[in-house]
Amino acid sequence: MTASPNVAGALETSDQVASHLHPVGSFDVAHHQVPTGLEEIWRFTPLKRLRGLHTDAPFAPGGTTVTAVPAPGVTVTQVRSDDPIVGSSGYVPADRVSARALQAAEAVSVITIPKEAVIDAATVVTVAGYSTEVASAQHTVITAEPFSRATVVLRFEGSAVLADNIEIILGDGAHLTVVSVQDWADDAVHHSSQHALVGRDATLRHVAVSFGGDLVRLNASVAYGTSGGEAELLGLYFADAGQHLEHRLFVDHNAPKSKSNVDYKGALQGKGAHAVWIGDVLIRKAAEGIETYESNRNLVLTDGCRADSVPNLEIETGEIAGAGHASTTGRFDDEQLFYLRSRGIDEAEARRLVVHGFFADIIRKIGIPGIEDKLMEAVEAELAVNVGTPAGVGNPGSPDGFGKVA
Amino acid sequence: MSTLEIRDLHVSVQTESGPKEILKGVDLTIRSGETHAIMGPNGSGKSTLAYSIAGHPKYEISSGSVILDGQDLLQLSVDERARAGLFLAMQYPVEVPGVSVANFLRTAKTALDGEAPKLRTWVKDVNAAMDRVNMDAEFANRSVNEGFSGGEKKRHEIVQLELLNPRFAILDETDSGLDIDALRIVSEGVNRFSAQGDRGVLLITHYTRILRYIKPDFVHVFVAGRIAEQGGSELAEKLEAEGYDRYVQAAKQTAAAGAE
Repeated sequence: MTASPNVAGALETSDQVASHLHPVGSFDVAHHQVPTGLEEIWRFTPLKRLRGLHTDAPFAPGGTTVTAVPAPGVTVTQVRSDDPIVGSSGYVPADRVSARALQAAEAVSVITIPKEAVIDAATVVTVAGYSTEVASAQHTVITAEPFSRATVVLRFEGSAVLADNIEIILGDGAHLTVVSVQDWADDAVHHSSQHALVGRDATLRHVAVSFGGDLVRLNASVAYGTSGGEAELLGLYFADAGQHLEHRLFVDHNAPKSKSNVDYKGALQGKGAHAVWIGDVLIRKAAEGIETYESNRNLVLTDGCRADSVPNLEIETGEIAGAGHASTTGRFDDEQLFYLRSRGIDEAEARRLVVHGFFADIIRKIGIPGIEDKLMEAVEAELAVNVGTPAGVGNPGSPDGFGKVA
Repeated sequence: MSTLEIRDLHVSVQTESGPKEILKGVDLTIRSGETHAIMGPNGSGKSTLAYSIAGHPKYEISSGSVILDGQDLLQLSVDERARAGLFLAMQYPVEVPGVSVANFLRTAKTALDGEAPKLRTWVKDVNAAMDRVNMDAEFANRSVNEGFSGGEKKRHEIVQLELLNPRFAILDETDSGLDIDALRIVSEGVNRFSAQGDRGVLLITHYTRILRYIKPDFVHVFVAGRIAEQGGSELAEKLEAEGYDRYVQAAKQTAAAGAE
């Protein structure tokens, strides 16, 4: 295993205000060239499998349905794309897929948590896909008004080719948890851009959970309205054979005293399983006294997988409380397996325990019991695919060549 | 009556310059009810013996056998050896993040017994075992060994020894790094285990101080990959007074003679 510990000492000063890794965006599709795959932001994505989302695949209705079940007190409405609420997160499309989706989505779903409302139950929005023959574009705006507290769960399931933009706006002092669960069927293609604007002293917890889909590319980005905002970006993914799961994080520390913590964990198993994690934190000159940490850990369960993990820090002020990142990609720890097995626990069960444990801290951080249980179940289901030979089989051997015994 | 028989055990490890033989023919028989102490200087192969018997993949058995009641342990996987009745208390217990002690203990007990322990009595048993080694019940909710102090890790090994109650326990330098109070607590746990009368203990240690609390029936001096001398507990007292130097020098001469 390799670990890159805190690099707060690696101070970089520059007059350039823009991020090196996130070129200035544009609403105009024509401003975004059709990617070739050589661009920094596209170099990990298998463009051929994007079903033309990045070129000119026409968007049409009929591929997906959206069903919202708002918690009591939360309102869900549809507005036209010229409504002033649309775009209020300050999001500007950073890539062609996002710009095309923004242009194509004429109706926008708006989820509003009213001012000072404290709502325990989760609002659940289910996006169900029915066809990969037609590409869908969607746009959702989630607004947590000042001092509100709520949870919104976005569930993606079925078969679809979907490009969406999700704007998240937190008013002053708001606490909002957004959980985006990509539980697609095997053939789905999903390109999602999720951008949050965190208000003064507001706290965002964003959780990306990706289990299904042929290709999922999720951009989660955060900027701060003014000082004192906090963002926790958590992620959990499980890439099976042939799956491409890509998570790109961008935290724009554009305001003083803001905090961010990015923590993504993923497991990979099976031939051609590919996980990509790009973490980028930009600390602008104005962002004095901020604190940030980003971490990505991958557990490679079998041969034939690939995990790309690239943490970046762009630092333009030295007046910060803390900044660091870590990235590890490793196989099962043989010593952990030996310890568990030396207590009589068979190999399959020992592996299950280790993977379970690997994800447990992220799942616990989500802090919503109903969701935690479901995620644990989902992890169990993924494990059952190849790792979990039934208990009591004895020694199943080491088909993938590690964890073997003398 | 159970017997653990180690016969002419040769073990090597892979190094950058090829395989290196660590154990050079170990013979040892432990019967249930007996406590054997293996004492030796650093690098003599004591821990290699412990891990080889338990089945750590790092060690290659080149020849010899380890027979537990007629069954060759070397043909079994790590977990099968444990289910055959073997337990290894490790010098450096491994941290397993995200797996709670409670879950770990229950899973191990279930694996060893072939059925889940009765919930009602099990929780009581776990709490009692932890209490006996002065571990707060809160440890049951923590990740296995994660953030435990050295002493807490060793006490957790003793909790496992008592709950899993194997036929043979190998304790690899369980005394190292313990202060006097922890040493006493850990020793009492081992004594409770052996007081059952039908359990075997192989106690591996560098120092004689644990032998003030645990009285071995047999003491083996382990030097340069084999047993150099055997005796009763009086041998430990001799080692306390004289140290290992005499044995180390003798082993060097033997090696030099062998090379000629």
